[in-house]
Amino acid sequence: MAYSGKARESYQNELANLRDQGLFKEERYIHAPQGTEIEVEFPTGNPPRKVINMCANNYLGLSSHPEVVAAAHAGLDHRGYGMSSVRFICGTQDIHRELERKLTEFLGTEDTLLFPSCMDANAGVFEAVLSEQDVMIADRLVHASIVDGMRLCKAMQDTFKHSDMGHLEEKLSEHQDKRFRMVITDGVFSMDGDIAKLDAIVALAEQYDAMVCVDDSHASGFIGKTGRGTHEHCGVVGRIDIITTTLGKALGGASGGCVSGRRELVEMCRQRARPYLFSNTVAPVIVSGALKVLDLISATTERRDKLEKNTLYWRKLLTGAGFDIKPGESPIVPVMFYNAKLAQNVARDLFAEGIYVVGFFFPVVPKGQARIRTQLSAAHEKHHLDAAIEAFTKVGRKYEILGLGKNQIIEKYGL
Amino acid sequence: MDELKQVIRDYLVKEYLEEGDDRQIGEDTPLITGGIVDSFSMVSLKRFLERKYSIQISDAEATPQAFDTVSSIAQLVKKFTNI
Repeated sequence: MAYSGKARESYQNELANLRDQGLFKEERYIHAPQGTEIEVEFPTGNPPRKVINMCANNYLGLSSHPEVVAAAHAGLDHRGYGMSSVRFICGTQDIHRELERKLTEFLGTEDTLLFPSCMDANAGVFEAVLSEQDVMIADRLVHASIVDGMRLCKAMQDTFKHSDMGHLEEKLSEHQDKRFRMVITDGVFSMDGDIAKLDAIVALAEQYDAMVCVDDSHASGFIGKTGRGTHEHCGVVGRIDIITTTLGKALGGASGGCVSGRRELVEMCRQRARPYLFSNTVAPVIVSGALKVLDLISATTERRDKLEKNTLYWRKLLTGAGFDIKPGESPIVPVMFYNAKLAQNVARDLFAEGIYVVGFFFPVVPKGQARIRTQLSAAHEKHHLDAAIEAFTKVGRKYEILGLGKNQIIEKYGL
Repeated sequence: MDELKQVIRDYLVKEYLEEGDDRQIGEDTPLITGGIVDSFSMVSLKRFLERKYSIQISDAEATPQAFDTVSSIAQLVKKFTNI
């Protein structure tokens, strides 16, 4: 047997270290479809308990929407369960191309290519369109999948300080000797919930002859007046060269992602992006559900409007109760605790109070920036948020942090 | 702090600290393990050193350990130059 005792012991030690450092991740089993009220078994073996979900990416509340579920059922009946193929052999159905056309129309781009996930889209896109003669200049807080995609690409890598346009301009100026420059950013940053300054980024990119790539996974479907995304919010629709996004959050929440943008860049991905070329096609059932999602959100902005209303209300409740939150407009509302242990303890106590949230700490966020990331959904009703703030206030009182700012919390609990 | 270390520190402050970040960077302040520089943004520091001192730092040498403090970075630069 090649899995020696030495290898087993080494992995056991590594896992024990993760536990000791408080970095060991555990899954919690949900005994229900995704929604605002779910049954969660935690710790494992305990009977499931009903909690209000404040940590899903189910921004539009479409993950278990009856019309989406019905469309998925119909897709299963008419186009089957699987395709047993990559796209370019025998894995492309009429509905795959239809979804790509609808995404193109929704995002206001020239063309779109589906990927098994946005992680895959980000892993494949840069290598497919850039080479050694080019440079990628990324915001330092971009998602891990972009970091991985950049590492797979032979173009030079550079970064700019988070949302610092002066620093980005310096970098663009420094790299004028390259064939192509590409500025890469998230549309909405997943840990802070802030929105990229896409109008300023596009203006700089046009001035310094650079392409722009935006990962709009935490924006597609609800940011902007009609939910098209960050580019709509910032008034730059049609001026973004590549948008990568996911179907796994607001747009139904199942799985799948895409690269959308300039026709030639999308075609380069079809020819060269390895996660597209070498992984299975998106299942027909998911494509069918996603088509229904796009129909629903193109017909009315009701859901994104309600999400916006919920976000404003929740931010007001948290601030009113005396919590220290990251300012912003997106439905990602981080409640700051700075100390990792404190964030974990508060999350645990909130679970006991019937509120499901998770504490985030280093290395997911910078050291000394521990937080609980709350996320709103259009499916939240006022009574959910009122119950949540009651629980937050009770726990906040227990730890005596209400009304305290950053320095006072750090003074009390350390970093 | 000698001139080489000073140059490295000045670059680190300019390149990595956000406006309003009042953290002090000394000779032995942990940069990567301390969360000031991450391995993703480390490449610009490597390129700065290579350009400034006309050296080529191999990927095998450009480890997070070698880039973790001003002192260790200075040591790495000295290895490739006559400073």
